[in-house]
Amino acid sequence: MRYLLALLALTIALPVTAQSGLPSAPYAHRQLDDPAKEADARALMDELRCLKCQSQSIADSNAPMAGDMRSQVRERIAAGDNPEQVRSWLIERYGDWVTYNPPVNSLTWPLWFAPIMLLIVAIFLARGRFKRRKDKS
Amino acid sequence: MNRPLLWVPLGLFAIFFAIVAAGLTRPKDNIVESKMVGKSIPEFVLPAAIEQRPALRSTDLATGKPQLLNIFASWCVPCIAEAPQLLALERAGATINGVASRDTPADIANFLNRWGNPYQRIGTDERSVVQLELGSSGVPETFVIDGKGVIVHQHIGDIREEDVPKLLQMLKEAE
Repeated sequence: MRYLLALLALTIALPVTAQSGLPSAPYAHRQLDDPAKEADARALMDELRCLKCQSQSIADSNAPMAGDMRSQVRERIAAGDNPEQVRSWLIERYGDWVTYNPPVNSLTWPLWFAPIMLLIVAIFLARGRFKRRKDKS
Repeated sequence: MNRPLLWVPLGLFAIFFAIVAAGLTRPKDNIVESKMVGKSIPEFVLPAAIEQRPALRSTDLATGKPQLLNIFASWCVPCIAEAPQLLALERAGATINGVASRDTPADIANFLNRWGNPYQRIGTDERSVVQLELGSSGVPETFVIDGKGVIVHQHIGDIREEDVPKLLQMLKEAE
């Protein structure tokens, strides 16, 4: 009987080591009721960087601050903001750093155009090789 | 094939190697600076965190006198380390307002009883709303705000003893 009580007590154990005693923000772990809006919010949350655990998106992170960010993103989208407005609201505060989808600007253009330029160089080099082989035969 | 061209791959590898080596030896930089420095404090209203101190809203930060805005939490260990420095700043005449991040009134009261209360006003930010508005990414952080409510400086991390004169100097310059 005593063991049974002990086992029962285990089932109602609460986490005592949580960072703060507060319940999480309303939409940290709850989806929006409108599936279209939730899809928009979800796509954006996958592209926003968690400020605490910097290699994760806020959608992936368990940090309390990421939960608060998710809730803010969902609340703003539920209130009618489009995802790009929410993204630029965060960029205004944290810089391009906060988004995993960096805008094209004077600093980031090589990210977007280097692959195209490398492809052009590769085609040019490959063409040279193929030509030479033909000449031999 | 001409001979100098043979060295190109090795050269490219050397460049690649130098970039990777430089990246590996540089210590990791996790600090995210707020882009709000130089801008006006965003509008916000926070309820009072404890009974003994009034609530905090953004208009309280543009009163003509430069102030400090300190983001803290009872669950944050470096906040304990910086508590004596905040008290020293208060003794030196600085006006300090607090934002309690993701905290409960009982825990905040307990923390302040134990480590001292340098704050004139304390707002409770249960869901990091003001923290996100300020472009702050952690606790503790301290913002220097001039008399017009413009953020002039962001101090990331706990305030050390050597930071106290610097912050006082900044408050003076912000007048």
